[in-house]
Amino acid sequence: MTPAISIDGLEVAFDRFRALKGVSLEVKSGESFGLVGESGSGKSTLLKAIAGLVPAKSGSITVNGKTLGARRDKAFYREVQMVFQDPYGSLHPRQTVDRLLQEPLAIHGFADGEQRIQRALDEVGLGNGFRFRYAHQLSGGQRQRVAIARALILEPSILLLDEPTSALDASVQAEVLNLLEEVRRRRKLTFLMVSHDLAIITHMCERLMVMQNGEAVENLTASQLIGHRVEKDYTRNLLRASEGFVRTA
Amino acid sequence: MSGTLLDVDDLRVDFPTRTGLIQAVRGVSFSLGRERLGIVGESGSGKSQTGRAIMGLTPPQARVSAKKLALDGIDLLAMPARQRRALRGKRIAMILQDPKYSLDPVMSIGRQIVETLRTHEKVSKAEARERALAMLEAVQIRDPARVFDLHPHEVSGGMGQRAMIAMMLIAGPELMIADEPTSALDVTVQLDVLGILDRLVSERGMGLIFISHDLRLVASFCDRVIVMYAGKVVEQLKASELRDAQHPYTRGLLNCMPRIGYERHPLPVLDRKPEWAA
Amino acid sequence: MTASDARPLSRRDWLLSDRPASRMQARLGRAYVAWRRFSANRLAFLGLLIIIALLVVAAFADVLAPYSPTIGDLKNARLLAPSAAHWFGTDDLGRDIYSRILFGSRWTLYVVILVAVIAAPIGLLVGTVAGYAGGWTDAILMRITDIFLAFPKLILALAFVAALGPGIENAVLAIAITSWPPYARIARAETMTVRNSDYIKAVQLMGASPFRIVLRHIMPLCISSLIIRVTLDMAGIILTAAGLGFLGLGAQPPLPEWGTMIASGRRFVLDQWWVAGAPGFAILIVSLGFNLLGDGLRDALDPRSGDQ
Repeated sequence: MTPAISIDGLEVAFDRFRALKGVSLEVKSGESFGLVGESGSGKSTLLKAIAGLVPAKSGSITVNGKTLGARRDKAFYREVQMVFQDPYGSLHPRQTVDRLLQEPLAIHGFADGEQRIQRALDEVGLGNGFRFRYAHQLSGGQRQRVAIARALILEPSILLLDEPTSALDASVQAEVLNLLEEVRRRRKLTFLMVSHDLAIITHMCERLMVMQNGEAVENLTASQLIGHRVEKDYTRNLLRASEGFVRTA
Repeated sequence: MSGTLLDVDDLRVDFPTRTGLIQAVRGVSFSLGRERLGIVGESGSGKSQTGRAIMGLTPPQARVSAKKLALDGIDLLAMPARQRRALRGKRIAMILQDPKYSLDPVMSIGRQIVETLRTHEKVSKAEARERALAMLEAVQIRDPARVFDLHPHEVSGGMGQRAMIAMMLIAGPELMIADEPTSALDVTVQLDVLGILDRLVSERGMGLIFISHDLRLVASFCDRVIVMYAGKVVEQLKASELRDAQHPYTRGLLNCMPRIGYERHPLPVLDRKPEWAA
Repeated sequence: MTASDARPLSRRDWLLSDRPASRMQARLGRAYVAWRRFSANRLAFLGLLIIIALLVVAAFADVLAPYSPTIGDLKNARLLAPSAAHWFGTDDLGRDIYSRILFGSRWTLYVVILVAVIAAPIGLLVGTVAGYAGGWTDAILMRITDIFLAFPKLILALAFVAALGPGIENAVLAIAITSWPPYARIARAETMTVRNSDYIKAVQLMGASPFRIVLRHIMPLCISSLIIRVTLDMAGIILTAAGLGFLGLGAQPPLPEWGTMIASGRRFVLDQWWVAGAPGFAILIVSLGFNLLGDGLRDALDPRSGDQ
């Protein structure tokens, strides 16, 4: 079976700063894969490079068996969609939910827009009452649901998730994580999820890669991480930090 | 009650808006000794407005009222604005979430600390510099003389937050309010900063109010925890007894976070009851 | 449906509903909120009234004017002071100034609207394209803008009119050509702030073409600040048109254009002040109206002045 995403020696540079220094990665089809790291580790840059939002300097990205060039075509965006971190910044401030969801359908020329919008809103648990609201009339969690609906409406097979819950309250985070798991199961999606929170990644993903300063530190399965069977000190530090504050007397 | 540093009784903060009155804080009461008190809640729970009201940093259009709001027996609400300002920094200090916004971007870190000290105490320039350097060392900045001359944008988030703590502690306040002091930091840096804060607070015998959305972090850091929901205190308990929390909101909040090694699919979600806010 | 539908909703509740049931309701609700904010500002409301009055006067000048604007009574009515028969007096050719001002409002509107219709879209297009494309496109478009901005507006307009020949159409064209650069600047600045936002990235990830992104997602965000700026500029446009008229390069006599009227009244300004004074006062009032309206629109539409 061809892997959903396969990345080989990916380099990304902003002026002189090397954000990614030759990262390789393989995500199987239907798998949920996590990228963990602190700020500056390059985890978000990796997602953006796949989505085509930042240019790759060298290395290759292959999605569903097709190696990507510098430009992404429309067909690519029907395969791969992304959910952003900040629900307050990812929805257009002057468009209603309806208009937001119509846009991808209009671009790709879908005829049955009406039903698709209904279905997408139902799927993310919003229903029709939210259809004609503007972003400022929604809470953070509701906005993120709209963003998920927008990503799903083109029926992609791969979802890139950039810290989708880090701007949300804990209780809302749980709801959004549950929703993501549910749509993944129902639609057999492949997830590539970025987070700084090890607990979220182990909850959501089967395998993960720890990153630091634009490089991969180590590849682990969730169960290895849960069992503390990790190789590198950096990962061990992250694990310890995720357990909360410990007073040294 | 000799051990009481801060006494809050029935604190209310109201914001008049075009569409009506928004009650951000609705009758919060607690007292604080020389201890670490955590205030936990989700966005909109009024936790930050509680901290700001104590500090006297409520926006001017809002109304603050309380049966009692006293620091060491001094009524804070009856005090003239000038005196209240003098108190800020001298006896009460506050650390905010992001040092980038709370440090002056055009002044070097060292000068900001010196300025803070000199507005509260009459000390010579040389002595102020001396003490500022000592303070920077106390927050575990390795090369204080170098950091002294740096501007806020030249240091990392963790370093900035340490500088902020140094600035806040330089005048020797008795009460420190920390509003999400580590939320903008990376997890590993977070613990370093918390460690520093913890040591300084206990060495100097200060009272600390630690405001955060992270129930687990607060529980591991503080002695006592207040849980807020919709502007009210729903539960007050010892941090060590958090596992035995009674209120469904507190328990829900604890449960809904994913934990390493506890597989739960789907995660339990919070079923908000209208009576919690009543 | 449910009980809430049984109770008749007041129109206000329907408009302010935070769960609108149709596209129309959402749009009307938004307009209503802006209107409420606008009408709460008394001065802005006054500005709106002045502009409405201008529109009414221009539309019904034929009915409202007691005399012909171009044919005067040279024998009996030269340079009469304001009276019951001639409210604003008469000019040196015996024409009723009040009637001329009423008809002049048409020319003022003509100039203002044409300039806005020509200059604002050019500015919007240049600015958003430059801002979104960046790089060479941006550099070239903005240097052209800078060239236009480097000259004082009136001087540049003078040069254009001198080249094209005097007349009100050419004056309009000249003013339009000189007034788009500031709009391009505003639109570009606005575009730069939203270009890297997540919601624009999200549309890119839908596979939208740059053209579509600029047209459907960026331009609507720039329009409100542009409307505000254009409204505030209206006063300046009227004054420039009047200035050109005054210098003899705009509207030509006997056209009752306000600037031209001032120019021809200049000779009598000390003895028969009303000949130049009345059109001057009309320009003042209308400029003030546009300024007040612009300020009010800024408060009502500006996205930066708090959401909602």
